[in-house]
Amino acid sequence: MIKLNNRDFPWEEGMTVESVMRAKSFTYSRIIVKVNGQHVDQEDYSNTAINDGDEVQMIHLLAGG
Amino acid sequence: MDIRKLKENHKLLKEYKYELGKVDKGYANRTLYVNISNNTIKEKPVTDFMKDKFVGGKGFGMWYLWNAVTPTTRWNEPENEIVIAGGPVCGITQYAGTGKSLVCSLSPLTDIPIDSNVGGYFGPLLKFAGFDALEIQGKAEKDIIVYIDGNTGVVTIEEAPLEAIDGHVLGEQLTEMYADNEADKRNVAVVTAGTGAEHTRFGLLNFTFYDPRRKVTRLKQAGRGGIGTVFRDKKLKALIIKFSNVKGDLNNAFDQAIINKTGIKYHKEIHDLDSKQNNMRKIGTANIIEVMDAYDLLPVMNYQYGMHPDTQKIKSTVFIEKYITQGVQDGCWYGCSMACAKAADGFELKTGPYKGHKVTVDGPEYENAAGLGSNCGIFDPEGILELNFYCDTYGIDTISFGTATAFAMECYERGIINKEITCGMELNFGNFEAAVELLHQMSRGEGFGVTVGQGIHKMKKLFAEKYGADPDFLFDIGMEQKGLEYSEYMPKESLAQQGGYGLTNKGPQHDEAWLIFMDMVNNQIPTFEDKAEALHYFPMFRTWFGLYGLCKLPWNDIVPADNKYTSEPAKVPEHVQNYLDVVYGVTGKKLSVLDMIKESERVYNFQRIFNIRMGKGLRANDKIPYRSMGPVTAEEYESRKERYDKQLAEKIGYDPEDKTIEEKMAVMREYREDQYEKLTDAVYKRRGWNSNGVPTLEHLKYLGIDFPEVVEIVKDLQ
Repeated sequence: MIKLNNRDFPWEEGMTVESVMRAKSFTYSRIIVKVNGQHVDQEDYSNTAINDGDEVQMIHLLAGG
Repeated sequence: MDIRKLKENHKLLKEYKYELGKVDKGYANRTLYVNISNNTIKEKPVTDFMKDKFVGGKGFGMWYLWNAVTPTTRWNEPENEIVIAGGPVCGITQYAGTGKSLVCSLSPLTDIPIDSNVGGYFGPLLKFAGFDALEIQGKAEKDIIVYIDGNTGVVTIEEAPLEAIDGHVLGEQLTEMYADNEADKRNVAVVTAGTGAEHTRFGLLNFTFYDPRRKVTRLKQAGRGGIGTVFRDKKLKALIIKFSNVKGDLNNAFDQAIINKTGIKYHKEIHDLDSKQNNMRKIGTANIIEVMDAYDLLPVMNYQYGMHPDTQKIKSTVFIEKYITQGVQDGCWYGCSMACAKAADGFELKTGPYKGHKVTVDGPEYENAAGLGSNCGIFDPEGILELNFYCDTYGIDTISFGTATAFAMECYERGIINKEITCGMELNFGNFEAAVELLHQMSRGEGFGVTVGQGIHKMKKLFAEKYGADPDFLFDIGMEQKGLEYSEYMPKESLAQQGGYGLTNKGPQHDEAWLIFMDMVNNQIPTFEDKAEALHYFPMFRTWFGLYGLCKLPWNDIVPADNKYTSEPAKVPEHVQNYLDVVYGVTGKKLSVLDMIKESERVYNFQRIFNIRMGKGLRANDKIPYRSMGPVTAEEYESRKERYDKQLAEKIGYDPEDKTIEEKMAVMREYREDQYEKLTDAVYKRRGWNSNGVPTLEHLKYLGIDFPEVVEIVKDLQ
C-alpha cells in the first residue's frame, strides 16, 4: 500500500509515477508530483519507481475564472 | 445597413458638457450619473471615503447601488441602477487582464445585488473619458442610447428608434456610426443587450471591442444575474463611449517603471509556458472540457453525471482544429498576452433569423461548452457554437440558459412536464433543435421558451403549483440557489465546492471559489477548518480582482516555472506579489497580502449585509439543492455505486450489503446534509459571522465598515 494524496492506494510491483497517473486518469496539465517529499519532473515520470509504503503527492493546481 | 438613416432618426433628449480631466494614480476622481426617467446628467466626486472603503470597481458599484435603492426596491423599478465601474488598475496596458468592468444591479433572478465582470473596452475608455463609474438610474419611455464622447466632453441621451436590438448587429451599427473611419473603430465601445433579454430574467450585457484583424465588432459578456433584463426594462438600447488616443501611461501611475518591469516578466512567462500548461492562447478556458470529464466533474444531463463517452466529440482539440481561428492576438484589452478571447470565424448559422449568415462566434468558453453542451446532453460542437452565438446576440446568459434548459429537459424526460406544456416540443436531452428553438422563442417572446427564460426558481414554482409536480423533488434537482442558476461544475463529490457555490453572496457562481481539485483530488483541505480557511481566503482574494478592474485568469491559468517549489503553490505567490507591485505602481499604495484580503472583506461583508437588507443573506438562503450534494435518484447512485458503497462503509460505518438503494441513499443524504451544515458553521466562524450568517458587530468594527446605516441592518440579528 502507498499513500496517494494522503489516502491509501494499492501498491503493485513495477509501479512508477506514470503508471499511477494512468491508473487514476490524472490527465490535467499542471500537476505537482512529489515522492516522499522530493519533486519529480514530468520527464522523469516514467522512470521514477514507487516503492511499497511511499508517500506520493499529485497536487493539481487550480484554474478558471 | 444605412447608418445615416439610423442616425437621422435619433432625437436628442439631453446634452451635457463636461470638462475633460486627467486620471491621477488610477482614479479619474469623479463618476457620471445619468437618470433616464427625467434626463438628468451630473458628475459626482469620488471621495477618500469611497477609495478607502470600497477601492473601485465592484466596491463602487455596491456603494452606489446601496444608496440608490431601499429594502423594498425591486429590479424593475426606476430606482434600481446599473453601475459600471473599472477600478484603479483598469486600463493599464503593461500587464495581462487589465481591462475589466464590473457591473452591479439588483437582479431579476435573485432580488439581491448581482455583480458580473466583463472584458471589452468600455470600462477603460470610461475612465479615460473622465469617469471612474457610470450610474444609470430611471426608466425611459422609448428606446434610448446614452453616448459619452470622451474626446470633446459631451454626454447625450438620444431616442434611437430604428437600430437593431440584437447584440452583434447593434454593436456593428453603433461602432460604424460613431467611428470617423476604419481606424477609429477601436476607439468606440458599445454596451448592448438583445431581444432575448426582453423576455427572460437572465438577460446579459454585451461589451464590444473592435477587432481590426477580423474587421468585426467582438462581444464580451457580463453574463450573470440578468443585468441585460434590467437594461432592456429601462428601455436602454445601448451605451456608447468614444475615446481616442489610448496610450500606456493614461493612468498617470505613481511608478510606471515597476508596472513595466512586472509586465515584461509576466509576458515572458506566457510566451514560454502557456503551450506547456493550459493552452489559453489557443483555446482559452475551453481547454478543460475533457479534463473535467476525465475527473468526473463535467455536468452531464442536469448534473446527474460527471462524465460521458461522447465528450470526446466536444473536447478542446475539436474546437482548436476545426473551428477556432488560431494565431490571432485575441486579447479583450490592449496588452493582454494571455489572449484567451477566442473566436470561431465564418461560422454558418443553420437556424433562426440569421440562418445562412456567416458570423464570428465569440467562444466557446468552458462554461458555454459545458452548459450548452454536456449539461443538455448536446455533444455536437456546431450545436454548441450555434447556441453560443444566439445566446450572445439575443443577450441571454449561456450559463443560466444551459442550466435552466437542462432542468426543463430532465422534467420532460421524467414526465413532470409534457408536450402539451412545452407547446409541442420534444424536450429530451440531446435535442439541439429543441434547445435552439427555446432560444428563438425567448427572442420572440413566445412559447415555452418564455417559461424557461424565467429561470429555474420560477419554473419550480410553476411546475408544482400548476402541473402538480412534487416540490421537494423539484427542489432537489433544480440547480439554482438564491434564484441564480449554478455554473457548470459538478460539486457532488466535493464538500468544499458545495460551499464554494452555496456560501456565496450572489448565488452559485464559481468565481468566488473553485476548490474541487484542492479538496476532492488533492485532499489538501481535509478538515472543516481547512475547508473554511480556503472558503475564506479564496473568495476574498478573488473578490479583490473586481475592485481593481482585473481579470482573474492571468493569476492562475498560468504559473511560473518554479511555482511548484513555493510553500503554497495553489495561491501562486509570485503572481500575488505581481499584483501588489502593480497596485503600488499605479496608486502608490503599499499593500500586504493581509491588506489585500481586508480590502475585499470590506466589500464582501458589505454585500452580505446588503443582501440582508434586501430580505436574504441569512443561513436559510445558503441552503443548496441536494443534487449538488449527492445522488438524488437511483440512477445517479448506480452510476457511482462502488464509490458510494465504499463511503457508506468507511465514512459512515454503515454496511451497504443487502440494503436497498433507497435505504443507502437515505443514509448517504443524512450524512451529506449534516456535513454541509457543519461546513457552514465553520465557514461562518472563519468569516466573522454568527451562526445565522450575519457579520458580527465586532467584525464590522475590525473592517472599519461599522457605519450607522450598516449597523442598523444587523444590530438586531447579533
